Amino acid sequence: MTITEKILAAHAGKERVSAGELINAKLDIILANDITAPISIREFNKIGAKDVFDRNKIAFIPDHFAPQKDIKAAEQCKMLREFSREHELGLYFEVGRMGIEHALLPEQGIVLPGDVVIGADSHTCTYGALGAFSTGVGSTDVASAMATGECWFKVPESMKFVYYGTLNKWVSGKDLILHTIGDIGVDGALYRAMEIEGEAISSLPMSGRLTMCNMAIEAGGKNGIIVPDDVTEAYVKARAKREYTFYTSDKDAEYVDIREYDCSKIQPTVSCPHLPSNTKAAAELSDISIDQVVIGSCTNGRIEDMREAAEVIRGKKVHPNTRMIVIPATQEIYLQAMREGLAETFVQADAVFSTPTCGPCLGGHMGILAKGEKAIATTNRNFVGRMGDPGSEVYLSNPAVAAASAVMGRIAVPEEVQ
Amino acid sequence: MILKGKVWKFGDNIDTDAIIPARYLNTSDPDELAKHVMEDADKDFPDKVKKGDLIVAESNFGCGSSREHAPIAIKAAGIQAVVAKSFARIFYRNSFNIGLPIFESDEASEKIAEGDEIEVDADNGTIKNLTKNEEYTAKPIPPFMQELIAAGGLIEWTKKRIKAS
Repeated sequence: MTITEKILAAHAGKERVSAGELINAKLDIILANDITAPISIREFNKIGAKDVFDRNKIAFIPDHFAPQKDIKAAEQCKMLREFSREHELGLYFEVGRMGIEHALLPEQGIVLPGDVVIGADSHTCTYGALGAFSTGVGSTDVASAMATGECWFKVPESMKFVYYGTLNKWVSGKDLILHTIGDIGVDGALYRAMEIEGEAISSLPMSGRLTMCNMAIEAGGKNGIIVPDDVTEAYVKARAKREYTFYTSDKDAEYVDIREYDCSKIQPTVSCPHLPSNTKAAAELSDISIDQVVIGSCTNGRIEDMREAAEVIRGKKVHPNTRMIVIPATQEIYLQAMREGLAETFVQADAVFSTPTCGPCLGGHMGILAKGEKAIATTNRNFVGRMGDPGSEVYLSNPAVAAASAVMGRIAVPEEVQ
Repeated sequence: MILKGKVWKFGDNIDTDAIIPARYLNTSDPDELAKHVMEDADKDFPDKVKKGDLIVAESNFGCGSSREHAPIAIKAAGIQAVVAKSFARIFYRNSFNIGLPIFESDEASEKIAEGDEIEVDADNGTIKNLTKNEEYTAKPIPPFMQELIAAGGLIEWTKKRIKAS
């Protein structure tokens, strides 16, 4: 069996499961945010359950339009707060404690290896980096799960992605996953598990692994997953407050497809408008002028991403025609960025350094694009209108390329500013 | 159940930001969401669409975000069903959970044009093109999805399970 099949089998009370099989699995963590939880709450109340199945396994995180950007957003956040109080949820994170959900839950040791996690947010697939089965669902699925503690799944077929060699300078997990999506397309892994491995992954830090699994959904994947190793153990052991299990894939596990990549051939990569699969080498895009740079999101808002961007922009200024917005994904990352002087580096470079929020990634607030404006962002989607006006454009990149582009006022690679 | 109406045609990879842009997600009220349905794919769509119309698209309809607001907006705009070559998995799941009928058919997607009158038999997956006098067959709906439909959606299905336990 694959790691995905083993985790699902263990949570369905079965010896084994195989691709295509329909199962009901017990859930370790269920999450929703200020956009999706209001519908979950409404639907949960229709079920007529006495209470939630387990008040310590449901995480409500107001991160999308929070800090509350307008009255309607405030009403939605209020629904989360009131429901959390009424049901005494142990994993409600008020503004000031909250961070972007997919950065916060691994950081706090709330999601762990071997877990089955669902979230009413498509980037819930992020936690596969820890060796968990984790996938995005809708609000109604979450509502049902809040009552029963279970969710139905079709066991996905698995695709294997093997990354050989060592990474080039300024190439990170973001470039590997953008390159992969460019190769297989936005539905190249539709309904499937994306199992990521290889020598380049063994030496990839947890931050890069989280970035890669985060974007499995951009290839249509049901989950991204990496077999846990020493890097995983080092990341989770100080954070976990409960037991966790490392699963591995068997040697004879079945894969519908195996893709191999030579990392020496992968350069800093950019997804051009309007699909994540529309990839080009960053170096080929130097004629694209940039109005706004966003560094943050559940994809690249971790401390390693802050450091990478700061290294490029330290001692330089954001181009006069460009604005740069840096958003650490959690309060802990924010504090660490201050301790390391990264916040000061960004502010001295004339960038904005914001409190945690999903904000501009989905065109919510804190950096919206006008018609005709172009942004380069370390976020995950560049669909039409994603960051603002339908006539604006988003290019996706790693933090170093985004920071270099801020300095040059056009898409640039870090070597150009050093 | 027979779903008969006029078709609006869309292409590949219609994402949930196009179906309902995030700038309108500070509410989950279906009627409010319906006012902006498909706006970033076709800004005039909310004005043009009429109750009873159907959407026919190509591959990977509903990709992107998990927002259930997407199928809710489509349903609340009075669109009876969506036919596509394929659906993104969260959208697929959400549609069954909230009771928006969706059908997968390569042939229907390729042959149906905007403005065609079609008739979908939701029970057997037969799609008749009344304008072109053609008939196509959708992929069968998986048994568990049929169980969900028969129960009246996921919430009703969950209610029954809780009562039974």
